[in-house]
Amino acid sequence: MTDTASTRPSSGVEVGTEGHAGEHGGDHFLGHHFKDHAHQLNTAKLGIWLFLGQELLFFGGLFCAYAIYRSMHPEIFAEGHLFLDTRLGAINTCVLIFSSLTAAWSVRAAQLNHRRALITAILLTILCAFGFLGIKYIEYAHKIHEGLVWGASFAPSSEAVQHATEAMAHGASSTLTEAHTLSNRLHIFFSIYFAMTGLHGIHVVAGIFAYLWLLRRAIRGDFTQDYYGPVDGVALYWHLVDLIWIYLFPLLYLIH
Amino acid sequence: MTATTMPMDTSEPTYLTQARGALSWLLTLDHKRIGIMYLVVTSASLFLGGVFALLVRTELLTPGETIMTHDTYNRMFTLHGAVMVFLFIIPAIPAAIGNFVLPLMLGVKDVAFPRLNLASFYVWVLGALVLVASMYMSAIDTGWTFYAPYSTSKAVGSATSVGTSAMGAFILGFSSIFTAINFIATINKMRPLGMSWFKMPLFLWALYATAIIQVLATPVLAITLLLLAIERAFGLGIFNPALGGDPVLFQHFFWFYSHPAVYIMILPAMGIISEVVSVFSRKHIFGYKFIALSSLAIAFLGFLVWGHHMFVSGQSPLMSIIFSALTFTVSVPSAIKVFNWLATMYKGSIWLATPMIYALAFIFLFAIGGLTGMFLGTLNVDVHLHDTYFVVAHFHYVMVGGTLMALLSGLYYWWPKFFGRMYSEAGARVGAVLVFIGFNGTFFPQFILGSRGMPRRYYAYLPQYQGLHMLSTVGAFILGIGLATAFGVLVYAAFRGRRAPANPWGANTIEWQTASPPPSYNFHDQPEAGDPYDFEGWVYDAGTDGYVKKPAVVA
Repeated sequence: MTDTASTRPSSGVEVGTEGHAGEHGGDHFLGHHFKDHAHQLNTAKLGIWLFLGQELLFFGGLFCAYAIYRSMHPEIFAEGHLFLDTRLGAINTCVLIFSSLTAAWSVRAAQLNHRRALITAILLTILCAFGFLGIKYIEYAHKIHEGLVWGASFAPSSEAVQHATEAMAHGASSTLTEAHTLSNRLHIFFSIYFAMTGLHGIHVVAGIFAYLWLLRRAIRGDFTQDYYGPVDGVALYWHLVDLIWIYLFPLLYLIH
Repeated sequence: MTATTMPMDTSEPTYLTQARGALSWLLTLDHKRIGIMYLVVTSASLFLGGVFALLVRTELLTPGETIMTHDTYNRMFTLHGAVMVFLFIIPAIPAAIGNFVLPLMLGVKDVAFPRLNLASFYVWVLGALVLVASMYMSAIDTGWTFYAPYSTSKAVGSATSVGTSAMGAFILGFSSIFTAINFIATINKMRPLGMSWFKMPLFLWALYATAIIQVLATPVLAITLLLLAIERAFGLGIFNPALGGDPVLFQHFFWFYSHPAVYIMILPAMGIISEVVSVFSRKHIFGYKFIALSSLAIAFLGFLVWGHHMFVSGQSPLMSIIFSALTFTVSVPSAIKVFNWLATMYKGSIWLATPMIYALAFIFLFAIGGLTGMFLGTLNVDVHLHDTYFVVAHFHYVMVGGTLMALLSGLYYWWPKFFGRMYSEAGARVGAVLVFIGFNGTFFPQFILGSRGMPRRYYAYLPQYQGLHMLSTVGAFILGIGLATAFGVLVYAAFRGRRAPANPWGANTIEWQTASPPPSYNFHDQPEAGDPYDFEGWVYDAGTDGYVKKPAVVA
């Protein structure tokens, strides 16, 4: 931070802009407009945090819709969650939490210049992400098969209804012990379920692409203790994706 | 140092001449070139939206059918609104002028994330193409607000492309967010030594406040439009009452973004006015801290007032009262700005160059736009005035009378820096006067129309309104001619204007310390950041018809 202007290290290579190139050789990964790596890392991190802030508000709209429908029509949530498979949801929660650990490990590995550990951590994270999507696929396929889908297409099969009614009778939901008909707004629960988990799933897919990009760069040996901003940034994003699921799981699956 | 204040003679390539060919523009990471590209596309959008506006006004010349059917008319005003809001007003000042000027004002080489900057441009282009293509494929007739349940119901909407155009606006939102992230990171992390927060030019404060709104509000619009598109495609049912959904929830979501979006449109404009008023009054800005902090106050309060768009939507009366009261709080920071500009001009030595003429027009028109907002924020008055031409006139006074005037002020002010050429003062003044007359001719009659009960968006109207409608239409054409003149003068100047000095206005913000137009890397030497409104250090130099640094006085 104490560099004077005339000694600013910079490089046009990574930034690749015409007219900026060739000012300073050597450091590929330092933008020509930054003072040093610490400056670049700090700035990039602020950018990522701002991006995560907008992600929170992006999901915030759906959480807000959830809150409004839950307060106005609590019965559809009390009934709806009985149709969800808590066991699969719980497994997926563990998978994502573990992947957050490997994501954090990848950052540490990059900071310590441990290339093999970095590659391993990235691979494990990608594996977890695919595992999550695989389990999600099983859940979705099951729901679609039973007609438990969104809004206008909602047409639950009789087995699904029977299954849910039995769950009620078992006292899974103490408020709904007596046999009764399901709410005529139940489809809204599934609209919200698919909107929220679907948007989350898209974020998982985006995370996979981001990690594949990191994997390529890690194998190429781009990352060092000076330059690991992309690993850090993607890991922060991945933690957010994980965190959103940690809210989605109880809000959708664990209702009493 | 003298080299930087000399007029640009061709010894050194500028950012315009550094590289040639279309690709050198399309793949550039230079914030200045990206700003110019944004300027080109947003100006084209202004032209497109303006043509739609003139068609709408021509149709309204007579009470019945004049030149188009009612269906075409519904599409025309939707196109006008959607193009002007999403493609022109929101990106025009931050993405075009802001992109060019922000790093120069900070004395740095580029914004924090140059590739994100270029990406935001192409995301904008993609969004614009989707939006325009959806209009071309079939009609959207919902108005730019896409209100449910009309927009979500397939029965009436199946022939229209509401879903596609919503996706277009969704994509455009991300362009806006990327630019905002870039600006916040750049201002936070790249200010030069000596430029503390309260030594920043006020335009940067305005862009900063705008960027905060963009990051926090735009994603809510994005999720809303995404849900709308999914709802139309798959029958999700969250907004559609036929499926048990809640259409008022759509309005809440929509205005949670779209009210703050009004401040996305006006705050950068206010930033330009703060610069121009001080420079052309040859006087230090009055109440610097108040102007700076009022930008943040507007950004904050802007998030708390969205319900005033929904007074008659069926929300609870208590909520309406609270929203009405909160709405009045926004007028406090807005008035702080206006009074500080006036106090800056007081006893100043006012130079009526074209940027200042537009700035004065801004203050006059924004005052009318702001004060008529008080009528609409008042709960009982709004019940009478809502959905009338009074509302149309009010927001055009703020958006056109405010943002467009400030945009023109900013363009004339920074044009010498953009292209290194001076514009013709006489031609520019003619344009400015035409714009001012045409604008008032168009929209002042609409206040009267609205207060007499003329509803907005109507195709046919009672004969008693015709006189004022005709006046408004004539005004619109004068406004159109004025804008054509104003832009014509600028374009001519860019190619044929006299060479501009580095600092034609004697301003002290850092961008005037480099050559006009700047070289690709912006500055030879790290520029000095001082008080941006202290003009004492510059003296007029007749040789270049610009200002040069006063030789240091030896004490």
